[in-house]
Amino acid sequence: MRPPEALPTYEEGPPTGTELEPGPPPEVPRDPSRIAWTRRRASAGRIWRTYRKNTLGMIGLAVLILFALVAIFAPLLANKEGLKATCPCNGIPFSPPSLQYPLGTDNYGRSVLTLTIWGSRVSLTVGLLATAISMVIGSFIGIVAGYRGGVSESVLMRLTDWFLVIPFLPLAIVLASVLSPSLGVIIVVIGITSWPSTARIVRAQVLSVKTRPYVERSRALGASGWHLNTRHILPNVGPLIFANTILTVAVAILSESTLAFLGLGDPLSTSWGTILENAFGTGAAYAGQWWWIVPPGLAIVFVVLAFTLCGFALDEILNPKLRQR
Amino acid sequence: MSVLSVRDLEVTYATQAGPIPAVRGVSFDIDKGEVLGLAGESGCGKSTVVNAILRLLPAGATTSGEVLLNGEDVLAMKAGRLRAVRWTGASVIFQGAMHALNPVQRIGDQLAEAIVIHKLSAEREARLRAGDLLEKVGLPPRRLRDYPHELSGGQKQRVMIAMALTCSPSLIIADEPTTALDVMVQAQVLSLLNELQHEMGLAMLFITHDLSVLVEVCDRLAIMYAGKIVEEGPSGPVFDEPAHPYTEALAAAFPAIGDARFRKSPSGLGGDPPQPDAIPAGCSFHPRCPVAFDECATVNPDLYEAGERRRAACLLVKQAAEVPS
Amino acid sequence: MSEPARAEPAAPSDEDPVLEVQDLHVTFAGRVGLGAGVAGKKAAVSRAVDGVDLTLGRGEVLALAGESGCGKTTLARTIMGLETPKQGQILFMGEPLGTSTKVLREYRRRVQIVFQDPTAALNPRQTIYESVAEGLRIHGVTSQDGMSEEKLVARALARSGLRPPETFFLRYPHELSGGQRQRVVIAGALVLEPEIIVADEPVSSLDASVRGEILKLLLGLRDDFGIAMLVVTHDLGLAWTIADRVAVMYLGRIVEIGPAEDVLTRPLHPYTKALLEVVPEAGGLNRPYLSGEPPDPTRIPEGCRFHPRCPEVSSGAAASAGVEPKCLGEDLGLVELQPGHFAACHLAAARQGEAVSTTSD
Repeated sequence: MRPPEALPTYEEGPPTGTELEPGPPPEVPRDPSRIAWTRRRASAGRIWRTYRKNTLGMIGLAVLILFALVAIFAPLLANKEGLKATCPCNGIPFSPPSLQYPLGTDNYGRSVLTLTIWGSRVSLTVGLLATAISMVIGSFIGIVAGYRGGVSESVLMRLTDWFLVIPFLPLAIVLASVLSPSLGVIIVVIGITSWPSTARIVRAQVLSVKTRPYVERSRALGASGWHLNTRHILPNVGPLIFANTILTVAVAILSESTLAFLGLGDPLSTSWGTILENAFGTGAAYAGQWWWIVPPGLAIVFVVLAFTLCGFALDEILNPKLRQR
Repeated sequence: MSVLSVRDLEVTYATQAGPIPAVRGVSFDIDKGEVLGLAGESGCGKSTVVNAILRLLPAGATTSGEVLLNGEDVLAMKAGRLRAVRWTGASVIFQGAMHALNPVQRIGDQLAEAIVIHKLSAEREARLRAGDLLEKVGLPPRRLRDYPHELSGGQKQRVMIAMALTCSPSLIIADEPTTALDVMVQAQVLSLLNELQHEMGLAMLFITHDLSVLVEVCDRLAIMYAGKIVEEGPSGPVFDEPAHPYTEALAAAFPAIGDARFRKSPSGLGGDPPQPDAIPAGCSFHPRCPVAFDECATVNPDLYEAGERRRAACLLVKQAAEVPS
Repeated sequence: MSEPARAEPAAPSDEDPVLEVQDLHVTFAGRVGLGAGVAGKKAAVSRAVDGVDLTLGRGEVLALAGESGCGKTTLARTIMGLETPKQGQILFMGEPLGTSTKVLREYRRRVQIVFQDPTAALNPRQTIYESVAEGLRIHGVTSQDGMSEEKLVARALARSGLRPPETFFLRYPHELSGGQRQRVVIAGALVLEPEIIVADEPVSSLDASVRGEILKLLLGLRDDFGIAMLVVTHDLGLAWTIADRVAVMYLGRIVEIGPAEDVLTRPLHPYTKALLEVVPEAGGLNRPYLSGEPPDPTRIPEGCRFHPRCPEVSSGAAASAGVEPKCLGEDLGLVELQPGHFAACHLAAARQGEAVSTTSD
C-alpha cells in the first residue's frame, strides 16, 4: 500500500499524471476577465466554420444577402419616381417584358422591376420589425415564466394560451377596420399573433436548463436570480431563440404578404403583397399577365425559402442530435 | 465444446475523425454452466464485445475474428439464421435495461412478444409461459398486466432477466445488470441470477466495472483495458493476488471493510483510462503503471502464463515466467 | 440497572462544532389530481428528513450513508440551503442560519458543494477559468491575500492537482476527462476557501481506477486546510476509506452514528448490519439480504421505522428479548450505547443495558 503523499503546494512539483493531452498551447489572454469575450469570438468562429459546410445553409445565406443588398441599394437600382402612377418614366400599361421594362409594366405603366425592387424594402422591414416585437415579448415571457414558476408561470402561460388561439386573419381584419390600415397595424398584428409560440419554446428550454446541476451549483454558490439568468440560462436559451427568430421572420414576411394581398395593408406603400393585390384586383391572372404576378411571388418564395434554409442549418448546428451521423 | 468461443475479435468504428479500434484482439471461451466476468472501465471496449457477439453493432463498425456460438460462427451467419439465433442461442440483459421496456405496453405482452416472434408457441401458450417466467424471477404472475412504470427498479430488472430467459438460450450476456440499483436490490438480483444460472445450467457472460461484484458471481474473470484482455483467470485468485498491475489498482478501488490497510489511505492511478482514439504505444497501460520500466514503452505484451489457468499481459509476468524456479 | 445515557451525538473534537443540525424536518408535498382533490383525497407527504440531529466538527470527515430514499441527499441539500426545512434549525459556527439574503450569501461562501456528476455540474459553454472564477465573481471578490482573481483561480486549480493551471484556463469541460472535471469542480469549491465541503457521491460516476486519486485529494484538503467534509454516499467501502465518523440513515432518520471503525466493524443497528453483510466480497452469494424494496418516505411505519424489514423481528430475536412490542409501537431516537457510538434500536439498547448491568453486578 502506498502511503498518501502530502499535497504539494502551488510552486513545486512535477505534473502528477493529471495533465491534459498535448495540444496546441492556448493563448492565455493577459487579462483573464477578457476570457468571456475571447470565448465568444472563438465560439462564433466555430459556428461559422461548421455553418460553411452546410450547402443548403450557404445557399440560403447567399440569397438573403442578395435580397438585403437589393433592399438597401434600392435607390441606386431603380428610380423611386417609378412608384408613382403619374411618373413620366412609366410606359404603356400591361405591356409584357421588353428591353426598357425587363419585367413588363402594371396597370399604371409602372415598371414591375422597380416595384419589386422597392417592394423588398417594405416586405423585409415589416417582417423584421414584427419578428423583433414577437421575439422580445415571447422571450421575456418565456424566461420569466420558466424561471419563476408557481403562480406567475401559470398566469403567464394562460395569457400565452389566450393569445395563441386568437385567429390571425379575423384579428387583422378587425384591427384594420377599426384603425386605418397602415404598416404599423400590420406589424402589430403579426407581432401579437406570433409571440406565443416563441414563449412556449423558450419556457420549455428554460425549464430544462434551470434544473441542470451547473445551475444548481451556481445557486449553491450564492448566485442571485439576475446572475443565474444572465450567465447560465440566457446563454443556453439564446441559440434556440436565435434559430427560432430566423424561422419567425420567414413567417412574418409571408404573413405581411398575405395581409397586403387581402387589401389590409397600407394602400400607399409598395410591398410584394400589394403588387399582387393590385395585379389580382385588375384581373391580371385571367389576362395572362404573368410578368406582373410571377416576380413578386417568386421574391416572396425565395426569401421565405432562404430564411427557412438558414434556420434549419442553424438548428442542426445548435441541436447536435439533428446532425447526420 | 464451449458454448461461446471468441477468437481474435477486432472491432473498429468508422468515425469522422478516422477509424477507431474499440476492440483489438480479444479471445475467450465460456463452457456450459460457467460464468465468465468481463471487467473494465470506460473506453475499454467491453460493451462493444457484448454487441459484437450478436452483431448488434451500429452500421459503420467493421468486425473481424470468430464468434462461435454452439459451434456456429455468428459473424459469418446469414441474416435469416442470425435472426433465428438471436435470443434463442444467446440473449442479452442490456445496460440500462430498465429503460429498455416499452412504456406503453404491458409487461406480459412484451414477454410474450419474444416467444411469439421465434414461433416457439402460439399466443395463448406464450402468455402461460410468460407467467411461468415471472414466477421464476420472483414476481407474481398477476404482474403480467402491469405497465413498466408500475414496477420499481429492481422489479424491472427482474422482468429483463425473465425476458432474457424466454427462448431458453444457452448463453446469457448480462451487461452491467446491477449498476443502477441499490446495494440491497443488487444483492437480490445477483442472488437470483446465480440461482437461475445454476438451476438451468446456463453459460453466462457478466460485464461490469465493479470488480467486487464479479468476484461474487463469476467462476473466471477477464480484465479488459484499451480494447484487449490484460489478465484472465479464476476469479478468487485474480482478485486476491493480481498478476497485472492494472488489476491490482482496480482491486484497490474496492476496499475490504475492516481491513486496516485501506483505512485513510486511498490509492488510485493517476491519469485516465485511454480513449480508443489515443491508445499509448507499447503496453497500453504503461503511462499509468506504477512499476513500468523502459521496455514497456516499446513492446506490446501478449498474454503470458501467470499461474494455474491464469494469464496476464505484462512484461513483468513474462520475466517471472522465464526465470527458472 | 442503569439506563444507557441519552444524549445528542457530539463530535469528538475538543473545539466547538462547525456545523450543527437540530431536529431537522424536510417534507415534500405530493400532487393530487383535481378530481381526487375535490373528493377529499390528500396528497401524500414525503417526509424525506424526519428529525435529524447532527454535528460536524472542525476538520472532520463525516460520511452520510444509506440507500436511495433514505434522505441523505435531501439532508445535504438542506444544509446547503437548496431546500427549506419545515422544522428545525441549522447552526453554522454556533449561529443559526438566518433567512436574510446577506447572511445566507456569507454562509454560501463558506460552505461549498461538490456534486455527483462533474460533467453536468460544469456549464458546457463556459471555460474552466470561468467555472472556477464564478464563485469569486458572485461574491465580488476581486483580490484576496494580495492575489488577483487570476492567481486565485490558478492556486485553486493547482491545489486540486491540475498543473500547470494556466493550461486549463481556456479549455472546455468536454475536453477534459471525468477525473479532471471533478477536480475542476473541487477547485471551484476551494477558491472561496470554505470551512465545509459537502460532497454528494463525489466519485460514484468516475472510473474505478481514478476514484482513489480524488479521495486522496479530498483527504489532503482536510489535512492541509482543515476543511470539514460531509460525504454523502451509498458505498460503505468509501466511508471506510476516508471517514472519521459514519452516520447511517434510514427513512429520514439517522439510525446509527459513531466512529467509522466502530460502526463499520461492530455495528449495533440491524440495518447497518444488513448493509455491511450485503457488501460484495470474495465470499459467496449465500449471505443474507433484506427482502423488499427501499422504503417509501410517504408511508413511514409506526414504531421503529425499520421493523417491517428487520431481521431481528422476523427471526424472533426481538421477541425473545422482550422488546418486540416496543419495536412495533414505540418510535425512538439515537441512544448512546458506547462512547461516541449511538444507535436507534430497542434490541441493541436492551442488550447494552444487560451488558452494563451484568458488568456492574
